[in-house]
Amino acid sequence: MQQKESNEIILTGISGAPGICIGKAYLVDKEGVDVVAKYHLKESGIKKEVNRFKSAVQKAQKELTRIIKETPEEFKPHAYIIETHIALLKDKMLYGRTIDIIEKEGVNAEWALKKVVSNVKPMFESMSNSYLRDRSEDITHVSDRIMKSLTGVERINIGEINKKVILVAVDLSPAETIQIQLERIKGFITDRGGMASHTSIIARTLNIPAVMGLERATSIIRHDDIVIVDGTTGTVIVNPSEQTLIKTEKRKARYEAYRSAIARKSHLPADTIDNFHLKIMGNIELPEEVVSVFSYGGDGIGLYRTEFQYMRRLSFPTEEQLYERYKDVVDVMPDKPVNIRTLDINGDKAVQYAFDEEEANPALGLRAIRYCLKKTDVFKTQLRAILRSAQHGDVRIIFPMISNVEEVIEAKKLLGDAAESLYKEGIPFRADIPVGIMVEVPSAVITADVIAQEVDFFSVGTNDLIQYVMAIDRDNRHLAHLYHPMHPAVIRTLKTICEVSHQAGISTYMCGEMAGDPSSLPILIGLGINELSMNPQSIPVIKSIVRTLKAEDTKGFLDEVLKQHTATQIIKLTQESYGSILSDTLYSE
Amino acid sequence: MPKLSQIISKKVTVINELGVHARSAAMIARIAKNANALVWIEKNGERVDATSIIDILTLACSKGTGVTITINDPADKNILDNIVRMFKEGFGE
Repeated sequence: MQQKESNEIILTGISGAPGICIGKAYLVDKEGVDVVAKYHLKESGIKKEVNRFKSAVQKAQKELTRIIKETPEEFKPHAYIIETHIALLKDKMLYGRTIDIIEKEGVNAEWALKKVVSNVKPMFESMSNSYLRDRSEDITHVSDRIMKSLTGVERINIGEINKKVILVAVDLSPAETIQIQLERIKGFITDRGGMASHTSIIARTLNIPAVMGLERATSIIRHDDIVIVDGTTGTVIVNPSEQTLIKTEKRKARYEAYRSAIARKSHLPADTIDNFHLKIMGNIELPEEVVSVFSYGGDGIGLYRTEFQYMRRLSFPTEEQLYERYKDVVDVMPDKPVNIRTLDINGDKAVQYAFDEEEANPALGLRAIRYCLKKTDVFKTQLRAILRSAQHGDVRIIFPMISNVEEVIEAKKLLGDAAESLYKEGIPFRADIPVGIMVEVPSAVITADVIAQEVDFFSVGTNDLIQYVMAIDRDNRHLAHLYHPMHPAVIRTLKTICEVSHQAGISTYMCGEMAGDPSSLPILIGLGINELSMNPQSIPVIKSIVRTLKAEDTKGFLDEVLKQHTATQIIKLTQESYGSILSDTLYSE
Repeated sequence: MPKLSQIISKKVTVINELGVHARSAAMIARIAKNANALVWIEKNGERVDATSIIDILTLACSKGTGVTITINDPADKNILDNIVRMFKEGFGE
């Protein structure tokens, strides 16, 4: 190997998902489109390539025309943007020039289009008028759309890679992540995001090492560079030396041996030394993931996020489609609880073409239960599908983003209506299912005693709860260090929730990232939480730690924790009291 | 090259708040496409093809910019007048 020691670059970011991998970098373009491959055509193939480009443009044109047609009346005034985009598709600077390049240079359409766009864009960058400067976005939209119809909806340029790669991107949206063929991905590296960002949650769920918040990874790492991703320590090594590679391989083997040792006992129940039984459940996003919860020994599905079935569509999923997906999950775990959370996004935005009237504060906006109570038809379709799936197993329903008791009462009424309509139509279903809410909005915590009278359980969603209690955007890299589950404000909030639910005689579950964090475990057991739900890969580790703890001791420990003033003090106390149990020698070498 | 006598130009000022953006450029291009010969838009000595939205956009005509519209065939006089009128009406914005 010619690689010199000095070529090695070490980048430090935030650990997104544990694990170590070594592989070749695959850069997802800054514009959000995958790296475009360039290839030369034979003389005879040129005409065919031009036609391929033309039909891709035609396809894009048809799609846009259909979008205009399907635009509801109230948005029609915005449709002129799309009409302009249709006109841009055939603009000679874009259309004509791309064909020119294909013909003159004998290259593939994707490459020709990319070349044209990258020539046009700089002309906008120097403009002093910011509104006109931003018009280059219109060109990006249009060229992205042509690119997509050239490469196919599934973005097969990633599918074309026949080796496993490490994906390097500025950021990945959940929608983008589901487009990727994940079996081709060894690891994730992103410039943005943190521990609780969507990409890292997905990476953890799928057991793919990830390092986030690296800031400049996309500008430093080049396509095909050899990279080591250490998701456990949050470091990335670019162009590693021979020595580093050998060391890493050893570490990787040790880590994997440790994981499999733990996994062997994962199907046994998680009881503390003094026989306090804790259910360790799995969070899932895609119905297929139920299989990994099952194989990691999960005691059920603590959180089934139902948003994916609504994304990247032109219309809402039908009751039948939803029912089939829910049934898929319930069928794998017929005798274990499956907590289905109702739609937690603004469905209109998910299914339709994104217009430019974005909410200023989507996290505080029209989403989840707020959206569902406005769009009762969309909501009822989902409720009916859930009630129908409930006949096959132990289904519970969770309403997200509850901020007052009226919302609970209204949602329950709609659930009753859904059951009644199924009954009238003679469709089999089960109505006596436990109903709970996500406790994630501070107002729900403050009025928890009132809400407790209306529900069978609380499920604490720590990701959003911490975000709202601390007023910190968890995807903001500059604030990531302030977002801390061990903050006294967070622990006290959890204490309030648990006290109220104990008094009301209802159960308390937890399904945020905190539930799968070993260092939070003594506190959570001390609080008397009944079920913890996490990404499936964490189940074996958490179960094995639970078995080493004594529930009685954690109560005294919690009292001490509540006396602390800062997150740092709480972390220190945890380290002093439980360090030997929680520390995982392989995590830090 | 067309004869000098055949070239007709008109000067006009951009009056709408947003300037010539994608929508207004698309309006110009749609009309210019019907011309027999080339139609040009010129700003500070730089001229672009009026049938290309992207070309028009690259001129960055903000509010208050003076531009010259030129046709190469007298038969396109109607088109010239229509484009000038659109500028004067601020593209209906």
